[in-house]
Amino acid sequence: MIAFLRRRPGLLPLLLLAPAIAWLVAFYVYPAIQMLQASLWSGTLETGFAFSWANAATYPEALGRYSDQFLRSILYAAVSTVVCLALAFPLAYTIAYRAGRFRTLLLFIVIAPFFTSFLLRVLAWKTVLGDDGFLLGPLKSIGLLPEEFRILATPIAVIFGISYNFFPFMVLPIYVSLEKIDRRLVEAAKDLYAGPARAFQRITLPLALPGVFAGSLLVFIPAMGDFVNAELLGSVQTRLIGNVIQSRFLVNNDYPTAAALSFMLMAGILAAVFIYARVLGTDELETGIG
Amino acid sequence: MSAEVKPRVADVDVRLVNVTKMFGDQTAVDGITLDVSDGEFFTLLGPSGCGKTTTLRMIGGFEQPTSGLIELKGEDVTFLPAHERDVNTVFQSYALFPHLTIFENVAFGLRRSGIKGDEVTRRVGEALELVQLIGYEKRKPAQLSGGQAQRVALARALVNRPAVLLLDEPLGALDLKLRKQMGIELKRIQREVGITFIYVTHDQEEAMTMSDRIAVMNKGHYEQLAGPETLYERPTTRFVASFVGASNLLEGKIGSDGESWTVTLPSGDVVRAPKNLGDIGTGGAIGVRPEKLTLLEPGQESKGNRLDGTVVDTSYLGVLTQYTVEGAGGLRLLVSEQNVDRTTRSDTWRPGERVALTWKPEHGFVVGDSKSA
Ligand SMILES: Nc1ncnc2c1ncn2[C@@H]1O[C@H](COP(=O)(O)OP(=O)(O)OP(=O)(O)O)[C@@H](O)[C@H]1O
Ligand SMILES: [Mg+2]
Repeated sequence: MIAFLRRRPGLLPLLLLAPAIAWLVAFYVYPAIQMLQASLWSGTLETGFAFSWANAATYPEALGRYSDQFLRSILYAAVSTVVCLALAFPLAYTIAYRAGRFRTLLLFIVIAPFFTSFLLRVLAWKTVLGDDGFLLGPLKSIGLLPEEFRILATPIAVIFGISYNFFPFMVLPIYVSLEKIDRRLVEAAKDLYAGPARAFQRITLPLALPGVFAGSLLVFIPAMGDFVNAELLGSVQTRLIGNVIQSRFLVNNDYPTAAALSFMLMAGILAAVFIYARVLGTDELETGIG
Repeated sequence: MSAEVKPRVADVDVRLVNVTKMFGDQTAVDGITLDVSDGEFFTLLGPSGCGKTTTLRMIGGFEQPTSGLIELKGEDVTFLPAHERDVNTVFQSYALFPHLTIFENVAFGLRRSGIKGDEVTRRVGEALELVQLIGYEKRKPAQLSGGQAQRVALARALVNRPAVLLLDEPLGALDLKLRKQMGIELKRIQREVGITFIYVTHDQEEAMTMSDRIAVMNKGHYEQLAGPETLYERPTTRFVASFVGASNLLEGKIGSDGESWTVTLPSGDVVRAPKNLGDIGTGGAIGVRPEKLTLLEPGQESKGNRLDGTVVDTSYLGVLTQYTVEGAGGLRLLVSEQNVDRTTRSDTWRPGERVALTWKPEHGFVVGDSKSA
């Protein structure tokens, strides 16, 4: 074996990749093919499903029927990503440069919510944000807010839930990339007549971009597929594409539509990531890391 | 330490007055007062931790003195932030911006001071030419060798034509050969651009070959500030005598005999040095550099200072041969002799041979009372 590899050094990387490839094939490629197949089925659970390429019409049909939810998903995911970024950057910056000995503690607080289950956290927020919960209740009783004011079941609640749940995924990559920046570079920038704002804009920010990039993807992608926040904190008006897929699949047993929607969601996310990478410039990413 | 402050003159570029820096209760810089003149190559030389970097960082504006005054070109800049000072720094680690090309690295300071377009291109070109890096504009710092990175750091600072350039061990990361070469290069560039250099190093050879004047630092202050020759020929403290080059220090009972200081060694031998070499104070000593000593057969006649001893070690170094001679009372002296008359190693003195050591009193030096414990 070793002797064989010595003669064919090109095979070594393949050999090292083999477990990962096997994993991907078994748990990603195979289910994806299955799903593609399912999306081209017709029929019902009772009559049984039949495959035909002609059923490709399911795609435009589903897209037309659920375009609202699609667009809403994109909007909510994008807004949540921006909200996370706006809150996470200053926080990560503070932890990285200003927290001193509290650094570890602050990082721990950021990831602490992960120690309880996702579902539980969303349910907790449902109670907190409830119409007469302990946040709004007192404010209403002292007359600061009108009686009909509500947060729950509004888009705000859903976006809030998504932002809250994926927030650590934004903080951590940004923190890591900030922490890695050699502070002497900022000193050098100041030496070369850059004030604090300029030094941040020219040095710290570009070098932190890989973290911003990674964090945005880590928030945006799961947010696009979210249905828990919309289900528990939202209303019919805030249904996302994730909710549709979930109910098509599990409630209506409409496997073809659910599969087609899943496929389009995947394609949509891939396209969005691609455009995002192009806009941000991969060149900067490489040198920022190096 | 020359504590007297000379009257302000127009060509003083940098002036420190009683500058002290404390970190917590630790004193990093302890009341430094000095003037650096326009166009001078000024060096802060000293062992690790003596406060060189801290002093430089205060001049650059990265650190504020706990007390004291810093002036640039006659203007008080003690509390002026770094980006407002007409000073640039070549950092020990170079601190090149990894995400910018060499061109943009060098152009950084120009752009910040509002220079635009062709002027930027022209001046960056000139700076890169000065450090012989034309053609590297499009590279990123990661694609450079250590020596090249060092030169980019230099160009990035020089392109701004600052009043003063600060250099913190800029050659520290290079290997010996490159260090020598870049040292010569640095000196050439300094002469060409005529900018004041304040250079930090712990390498005495580097300091000696490049500097106009050197402040030899120890524990937060400098012990002597002088040109390289004076530092070598007339060190005034024990620390300077042993940090700059090798020295033999002769300690004993101090006395005076007409025009000479005398030191009576524990063995009873008396050595002399003319009083005009310096003040021996009450706790000083007489010193002599190894190459000023001559080795003679025990019976040979000589004038001047003379000590008897036994050769205990001989090392042949090509240009010269170095001997360790042990005198009476365990006194060890270092002697170096040029290999002029000798052609083979067998002609050198051998360990165990009895010799006499002689030198002219005026070839010695006098160190005074030590400043600090
Ligand atoms: N930011 C700081 N906080 C606390 N102590 C410091 C700080 N910077 C320097 N010191 C201390 O001040 C003293 C002088 O440090 P400095 O860096 O000026 O030495 P140096 O002469 O440049 O040494 P080297 O040749 O090793 O670079 C040292 O004892 C160091 O530990
Ligand atoms: Mg230093």
